[in-house]
Amino acid sequence: MSEKIGVYVCHCGTNIAGIVDVADVSQWAGEKLAANGVVISRDYKFMCSSLGQELIQKDIQEQGLTRVVVAACSPHLHEKTFRNACQGADLNPYLCELVSIREQDSWVHTDKVAATEKAKAILSGGVARVEHHEALEPLRVPIHPDTLVVGGGIAGIQAALEIADAGFHVYLVEREPSIGGHMAQFDKTFPTLDCSACILTPKMVDVGNHPNITLLTWSEVQKVDGYIGNFVATIKQKARYVKIEDCTGCGICWEKCPKKVVDEVFEAGLGNRKVIYTPFPQAVPKYPVIDAPNCTYFLKGTCKACEKFCPTGAIDFNQQDEEITVQVGNIILATGYDLFDVRRMPQYGYGRLANVYTSLEFERLGNAAGPTGGNIVLRDGKTVPKAVGIVHCVGSRDQNYNPYCSAICCMQSLKFAHLVHERTGAEVYNFYIDMRTPSKGYEEFYQRLLEEGTHFVRGKVAEVTNLARIPEEEGKLIVQVEDTLIGKQRRIPLDMVILSAGIQARHDAKEVGKLFGISCSADAWYIERHPKLDPVATMTDGIYIAGCAQGPKDIPASVAQGAAAAARVLGKIQQKEISLEPVRATVIEEHCSGCRICNDLCPFSAILYLEDKKVSEINPALCQGCGTCVAACPAGAISGTGFSNEQILSQIEGLLLLNIRQLEAVPA
Amino acid sequence: MSKPKFAMYWAASCGGCEIAVLNIHEKILDVDANFDVVFWPVAMDAKYKDVEAMEDGSILLTLFNGGIRNDENEHIAHLLRKKSKILVAFGSCACEGCIPGLANFSPINEIVETAFSTISTDNPQGIRPQTSYQMPEGEIHIPTLYPVLRTLDSVVDVDYYMPGCPPESHQIGAVIDLVVQVLQGKAELPPKGATIGAGNSTVCDECKRTRNVKTIKEFSRIQLMHADPELCLLEQGIPCNGVATRSGCDARCPTAGAQCIGCYGPAEGVIDYGARLVSAFASVIDANDPAEIDRILDGLVDPAGQFYRFNLAGSLLKAGKSAFQRSNV
Repeated sequence: MSEKIGVYVCHCGTNIAGIVDVADVSQWAGEKLAANGVVISRDYKFMCSSLGQELIQKDIQEQGLTRVVVAACSPHLHEKTFRNACQGADLNPYLCELVSIREQDSWVHTDKVAATEKAKAILSGGVARVEHHEALEPLRVPIHPDTLVVGGGIAGIQAALEIADAGFHVYLVEREPSIGGHMAQFDKTFPTLDCSACILTPKMVDVGNHPNITLLTWSEVQKVDGYIGNFVATIKQKARYVKIEDCTGCGICWEKCPKKVVDEVFEAGLGNRKVIYTPFPQAVPKYPVIDAPNCTYFLKGTCKACEKFCPTGAIDFNQQDEEITVQVGNIILATGYDLFDVRRMPQYGYGRLANVYTSLEFERLGNAAGPTGGNIVLRDGKTVPKAVGIVHCVGSRDQNYNPYCSAICCMQSLKFAHLVHERTGAEVYNFYIDMRTPSKGYEEFYQRLLEEGTHFVRGKVAEVTNLARIPEEEGKLIVQVEDTLIGKQRRIPLDMVILSAGIQARHDAKEVGKLFGISCSADAWYIERHPKLDPVATMTDGIYIAGCAQGPKDIPASVAQGAAAAARVLGKIQQKEISLEPVRATVIEEHCSGCRICNDLCPFSAILYLEDKKVSEINPALCQGCGTCVAACPAGAISGTGFSNEQILSQIEGLLLLNIRQLEAVPA
Repeated sequence: MSKPKFAMYWAASCGGCEIAVLNIHEKILDVDANFDVVFWPVAMDAKYKDVEAMEDGSILLTLFNGGIRNDENEHIAHLLRKKSKILVAFGSCACEGCIPGLANFSPINEIVETAFSTISTDNPQGIRPQTSYQMPEGEIHIPTLYPVLRTLDSVVDVDYYMPGCPPESHQIGAVIDLVVQVLQGKAELPPKGATIGAGNSTVCDECKRTRNVKTIKEFSRIQLMHADPELCLLEQGIPCNGVATRSGCDARCPTAGAQCIGCYGPAEGVIDYGARLVSAFASVIDANDPAEIDRILDGLVDPAGQFYRFNLAGSLLKAGKSAFQRSNV
């Protein structure tokens, strides 16, 4: 055995030592694995502490260790720590192996004896493997300084502005004709009751005018290739049918357009818009789009009113969708959320009972720029309600729909209650399960509502109906609810019911996640790298997430995440270069017969088929070491650095303790 | 000076390897000219006791074909190992189990039942083989079957492997040439454990068909379609094993229009042939919908035969679970 291996077994306080007899494991390794090259074996309270690391470094220098095996937590957590420690003592970091006896052992077992034996097996696997490790050098590649931000809601806007203000270029891609997202639809924001548009539009204007931001609205990302520092994104810019270089945004076209359609997106179906339109007056950019599927010209070949009246000749019916490719170093996904479809709960009557509203509809109803000019009236357009009910948790905290709490509904419902009270003087009933007001100023807002005389009924609404049982209920909406505070069923007659719908992941979140190579939770929220310590990074280097795409959150949290993601990106840009893990796949040319099984499999397009030599080749700068091709190659002609057959098989043999059994199997 | 000694033996095999050796035509005379053939049951009369009487290591070259199915096979494997300088696992059965190894999917009692009682068998008395039988002249024995067939190298140390079912005659000729040259001091033997008489890439390397990026929407059997004679068979959905199979046969089957069934065994460096092939086929199935994937996979009518036809006994699996179940023979 030519290698000198040092073994270090971590107690991790009682995390490991509470179940695994670490001293026994360490002593066992020192004795039984000596024939496998182990020259020193120690246990220590916290290997990851600087004292623990120094212990390893001292042994490397004094004992001349050529390999290090640390039995501690998951490599996910501290592989880097121990690799760096080795590097600090002039041992190539890739000659260090971290085996997990915490996540894979002490945390999942209760039997101390069995867990200790398992720790020995896991450690033995690591020792057998590390012998076959090679010294590797990380690959350094430059980071492209441009950034792609996907989604022009408040989180995306914040992220784009932070990066652009720092002097780096941003491509901001938005699916709709204007940026602004859901926040642009709101009237007031809780708990301060700021006018949503008043605080949002200056930021939108900043984005529109920023020299470092290329704004691509009415656009969608189609394809993403590459890796951190070097992504290539293909973006489809849908035809606007308006030449933006000529358009002044004067608005004559949408004034003259003779056709109105219901605006399902921005006005949530409450109002109309023209067929050539900007979603709202403060839209950024100011250029309208033509809704081609509804446009009379596209349907019948006549009309062209917009073209006739446009003073600058900016209308172009022949425009085609365009594909743009951009090179970026990092990507931030701030793709937002969809509202829970309240039609899924027919017991609440939405769509059947006219005066049942969704929360987003109410936002438009209360908005001074909305279809009623901010007058809170019933669907007839004139009757001011005298009693209004607000149902919390619609589609949230419900095992039949979304089990999670949508985080914003309590505060949103309180805001609605306040606005209704303020503008109509109506009696307001809030039907809640639990009141959740955990952020700054939120509880105070709740107190204010209590003082305003809002009725709070604790109970989940069973039904909203118009079937009256007594004369007082005639012509009313009746909310049937168990008031759990008084322990009684109640029927409350109302004029208007607002369903505070939960928020859920975008309907296409999973496909979009796949496009960018990141994973989604079961609820389709994008998964952060660490739920507490790395909330805006993802498991894919160079892809960050912000805002509601990551999970339900309010405006301040979305803004904070947008800024946080931007800070992470700026950190990467400032590094100028990035070192990539040298874990790469390579083709052994003489074993490759060019069967081309692997050619189409690489998610990073790193495999090239050389027509002249009839072999496949891997570009090491593009390869991310994922191992897909290694597994697929039927000829075994592709080897993954760090995951060679030799390494994996010896680890298995080590795990099965074959290395030891051979020595002990002395026939009687 | 006497000529070096040559032996050839068949254990659990079909005899095809012996035919392949004779099929080297006039080169067989080189064998005779350069070697003294001391033991070759299919070609000459010899008794086991003659071999037992030989000096250890006195046979220079032994070509051992067939797998180890019973105690007789194992006995002779040990015997020839002791008597031979160079022991070659010759042909697919000795290397990796081959067709006899497919019996490792079944327990012995089932195998015996199939052999002695199914409709194609004329055995009105329902006789079953007995390992020992009392005759007036004394007790006689026949070999005892083992629960599973093993490869030669799982029983004795093997110097070289020569794959193929059977090995191609030109490859046998080349190996004979090499050994003759070594005897004459003109060449050196390859390192111990090497595969000889074969290439070190895959059948695709020798296949003339045009290859493109592969995306498979449907697997089909060759008799059910008109395959394009120029295009890679696998691309056409015919499950050709050439991608994972060691080169050396000049891509005979794909050249003749039939898919490679893998008789030359795993390519260099491949540990489990079937697993490699499963992984490769799965990688190029062009579907994401689980139901669609299942439908495509249903096109592989005999997965065990497709992926492990020649190498079950030599695979990491070694055998199906049932083969290890207690049998009543």
